[in-house]
Amino acid sequence: MSLLELHGLGKTFNAAVLKGIDLTLAPGEVLALMGANGAGKSTLCNIISGQLAASTGSMRLQGLDYQPGGVAEAERLGVRMVRQELSQINQLSVAENIGLAHLPKRWGFVDYPRLNQQASQALAMVGLESLDPTTPMHRLGVGQQQLVEIAKTISQPCKILLLDEPTAALTDPQIDILFQQIRRLQKQAVAILYISHRLADIERIADTVTILRDGNIVSRQAKADISAEQIVKDMSGVASDQAQHFAPRPPGDALLTLTKVSRPPLLNNINLTIRRGEILGIGGLIGAGRTELLRAIFGADLAPAGSQGEMTITRAQKAQAYAPASPAQAVAAGIGMIAEDRKQQAALLPLAIKHNITLAKLSTVSGKGWINSTKEAATAGHWQQALAIKCDHIDQPIGELSGGNQQKAIIARWLLRDCDLLMFDEPTRGIDVHTKRMIYQLLDDLARAGKAIVVVSSESEELTHLCDRIAVMSAGEITRVFNRGQWSEEQLMAAACENFLIPGRRPQASVGPSL
Amino acid sequence: MKSPLRYLPWEYLGLFCVLLALIGLFGLLSDHFLTLLTFTTIANQIPALAVIAIGMTFVLLIAGIDLSVGSLLALSGALIGWVLVDWQQSILVAACVGVMAGAVCGLINGFISAHWAIPSFIVTLGMLEIGRGAAYLTTGSQTHYLGASVSAIATPLPGLGLSPSLVLAVLLVVIGQVVLSKTVFGRYLIAVGTNEEAVRLSGIKTTPIKIAAFVISGLMAGLGGLFHVAYLESADPNAGIGLELSAIAAVVIGGTSLAGGRGSVVNSFLGVLIIAVLQTGLAQVGASEPTKRVITGVVIVVAVILDVYRHRAGDFKAYAVRVFRLNRPASD
Repeated sequence: MSLLELHGLGKTFNAAVLKGIDLTLAPGEVLALMGANGAGKSTLCNIISGQLAASTGSMRLQGLDYQPGGVAEAERLGVRMVRQELSQINQLSVAENIGLAHLPKRWGFVDYPRLNQQASQALAMVGLESLDPTTPMHRLGVGQQQLVEIAKTISQPCKILLLDEPTAALTDPQIDILFQQIRRLQKQAVAILYISHRLADIERIADTVTILRDGNIVSRQAKADISAEQIVKDMSGVASDQAQHFAPRPPGDALLTLTKVSRPPLLNNINLTIRRGEILGIGGLIGAGRTELLRAIFGADLAPAGSQGEMTITRAQKAQAYAPASPAQAVAAGIGMIAEDRKQQAALLPLAIKHNITLAKLSTVSGKGWINSTKEAATAGHWQQALAIKCDHIDQPIGELSGGNQQKAIIARWLLRDCDLLMFDEPTRGIDVHTKRMIYQLLDDLARAGKAIVVVSSESEELTHLCDRIAVMSAGEITRVFNRGQWSEEQLMAAACENFLIPGRRPQASVGPSL
Repeated sequence: MKSPLRYLPWEYLGLFCVLLALIGLFGLLSDHFLTLLTFTTIANQIPALAVIAIGMTFVLLIAGIDLSVGSLLALSGALIGWVLVDWQQSILVAACVGVMAGAVCGLINGFISAHWAIPSFIVTLGMLEIGRGAAYLTTGSQTHYLGASVSAIATPLPGLGLSPSLVLAVLLVVIGQVVLSKTVFGRYLIAVGTNEEAVRLSGIKTTPIKIAAFVISGLMAGLGGLFHVAYLESADPNAGIGLELSAIAAVVIGGTSLAGGRGSVVNSFLGVLIIAVLQTGLAQVGASEPTKRVITGVVIVVAVILDVYRHRAGDFKAYAVRVFRLNRPASD
């Protein structure tokens, strides 16, 4: 009998993220859930753990209808999840963090001796018996925090345990301890859903491997029947229907050259040449350092201690050192970046569309510090039409637009700014197919007009469709640079996983936000 | 459809109606309220608070706060008295010294809070103490009578009935509003208050913009000091205690958001007028000082609640638009 059954489970945000998932989980089974970024793994787990409600389909837990109204209800029914983003409260002690949801009480006061004793037992499960449970949480390293989080979850009775990249911050001995615990739970007939990019971990712990791609389950096999090559192949998939085709673009002159650029701990020894007239893709998994690379080029962060390497900009055959201390300097040097997090880092949501478009280059619509509102409306109106931004009026707050149209307005801001190098971080995330194609066409036009374009994307289809070259990052390094025609989806995935597969060479920043 | 109604200044109309309603209310409650004397009294009291509210609007717009304005007003007044009496300089020189002192203190506020990313609440709280202490030091903790040398600024002009300080304050309100809504600097202020990181990542230096807002606030506090000295004909180191809170109240009544990004200088001025009318009116109907404070407090809170509702209505409209667009059959 199966413990958990999913029937036709679907979830739609702006676009369909999960499309009719059927899945069963048997007692004592360790099911590895794999898939590229954006495949829908996290969404699926969030639905099972009660954080999100499914749009369609149904779930059954031990034969009974299971529709958790929230995380608390799911936990009461025995479904628990260890999340990738840590949720600890730094100011509280380890014991308080572990027992927060059910503090032992005595006459209305917290019974600390009992709390600490319970916490010690939980910590012993994950090999932290030497850790004093009264230690403040913030004194712990990321790996220990992760273990405390795991201890907190597995110290409570559960039937189904979901683990989202649990080993991201752990050292090899810590992983051994975690796997011992998973085996113990397995003997108690707990079903475990294990999400990871790490093939090495999956080989060790999983019974079955299920691969998700674009919201569909593409394969489900016993681990013994499946090879690492097969997993990579299934994760990447084969390029599907692409009506759009871009002719090869003639490579132009080098514009920006990075030589041995390091920004510890996230970027290590980056060598890269960005040329005019081409679209350069940056591939890799989340946490590989792609966003950090763009931010380093854009001068968005202060260079951390131990930064090395140099960048040079070449214009009219003259090379010039480039070391931006702020985005203002980068923009002055003709470099623009369209950030990944549109709401936090790009859009001014309550302000009018036209004000969002003209923000980066108010000088074109003003004279001596005075804004010419007629000219501003005309300029913004021109871009609204050129990019077909769907809106009632350009005076409308940009926050009222759909994600895709907001993105177009932000792109308009940078086109108006007119940069030589434009860097796009996840330019089409959460955007519908039609707008996606429009943006691809736009990027192609820009490259053909002699601009240098850099695109970071978690969708390898997007990169293979669009780019002339793809540099793949893994754990803070560029592992391979492919030219068009030299790559395959499998090779890209292999390069992205390369540094993750070597034990002891784990990225230090992989506990970052996930999709 | 082009209705002549669209030329009405809609964004100021709501508060203007509240102001008229208050005046009408006090007119009914008191026989003496609707007289020229009442209005000239109010008009001559408000210039200091009005200019300080202009500066406070700029600071709140960038999601900052300036608690030092009351102290800077006193410091400016103390310096004006000192330059006039001890240095025997003209009022023009004295006024420049006072106003510039305010601007310099504002520069310090702005530089420290912007450069080290320290909350302006803390920095200006420090400046509140520093300014007040400096005012006591300058005056030897005594009120200095200055007399006719300064009173001309606050004396109603013959034929107009309004003092030069009020005329200047109103002029500055207009200039402040124009700067905010028509210049690149004003746009940057609003943008920084809305989402500073997005502005920074658009290649705009945000630090100078934030510093400028505090300089304007300090400058206005210095000017307020001049107006206050002229009104009292003396330099009082105890002047303007708690004035920062009145200014914040006026600006908030005017609908400026403490979270930044939204605000209007004209509405702040209407907020100042509402507070002044309330104070004078309550005094005329015989309310005691404690009662006046209770009622003023209630009005501030109610004004902000109404403002929340006004904006929630806006959000609701946006929400409705989104929902209808999403539900359109063609899009799915």
